[in-house]
Amino acid sequence: MQTKEFWAGVKAELPLLIGVFPFGLIYGVLAMGAGLSTTQAQVMSSIVFAGSSQFIATQLIGAGAPATILIMTIAIVNLRHALYSASLAPYMKKLSPVWKGILAYLLTDEAYAVSITHYERGVDFQFKHWFFLGAGLGLWTTWQVSTAVGIFLGAVVPPGWSLDFTLALTFIALVVPRLEDSPSLAAALSAGVTAVAAFNLPYKLGILVSAFVGIVVGLGLETRKTISGQKGAPARK
Amino acid sequence: MKIWLIMVCGGLFTYATRLSFIVLLGKMEIPVWLQRSLRFVPPAVLSAIIFPELLLHTGRLDISFYNGRLVAGLLAILVAWRTRNTLLTILVGMVTLLVLQGIFKF
Repeated sequence: MQTKEFWAGVKAELPLLIGVFPFGLIYGVLAMGAGLSTTQAQVMSSIVFAGSSQFIATQLIGAGAPATILIMTIAIVNLRHALYSASLAPYMKKLSPVWKGILAYLLTDEAYAVSITHYERGVDFQFKHWFFLGAGLGLWTTWQVSTAVGIFLGAVVPPGWSLDFTLALTFIALVVPRLEDSPSLAAALSAGVTAVAAFNLPYKLGILVSAFVGIVVGLGLETRKTISGQKGAPARK
Repeated sequence: MKIWLIMVCGGLFTYATRLSFIVLLGKMEIPVWLQRSLRFVPPAVLSAIIFPELLLHTGRLDISFYNGRLVAGLLAILVAWRTRNTLLTILVGMVTLLVLQGIFKF
């Protein structure tokens, strides 16, 4: 039963891995471009193990930002995992601390996506943590291997190819499809404009300031929408 | 040395976030304002990276056809919006930039 659940987890994760591989590859290339050593680039993929934050870290390291700013930026970019943690927690209540510790380490966007679906679907939770383990390890292995390949590519591709631009392009691919409502669109635009205006702020503070502006604008707009929705009848979303 | 420090601290913060409610469940809940804010973190942070990459050229605002990254980026935004295809978005953006670089030699 355990092995069956484990491999079901790996299998459910497979389609997502096809998308993850190029990201790991690009991360490896960017890390080399930012001046990380081969070891540092590879180890970051297992210590931090979170794509977007690793991408941003390479950019900030390349720009010579101070450690405090980098650590804060990584922490904020990864705050969303608290949501996943809260959402999976009820299913993991009875697990041992070791299991909780391991599964928390493997809790990424992609592992969460397939595991929560699996948890919500079933009634028998006895072995479902094995499914999570399979999905998580599948992703972990792919991330490490693709990082390694990217590090190798980063060392051989000439700088004239402008591969650093893949960072902006990757983020465009991630963010544009998510801008489905006006509060998130406003959050994106206001953060972007702020980032351009705040580009010359010392210590590369720009990203943190812009993120803050974007979040406040998004929240404000969402609140206003909710309030005006309550006033006018019928309420629309 | 500095990079190792960043990785270890950044990694610890990330791990603590992942572990947080798995351990704290029942003792603490996510405050509503935080839960609502988290939705805006990805669009805000990612755009804060994208905009300067497209609009600034060596630290200066450059809104012109000769800014290859801007043209390629706008095209990529269009592709991402219409197709939602990650690889296609990256590919179109990269090819456009390289072609423009070949033409204008910047």
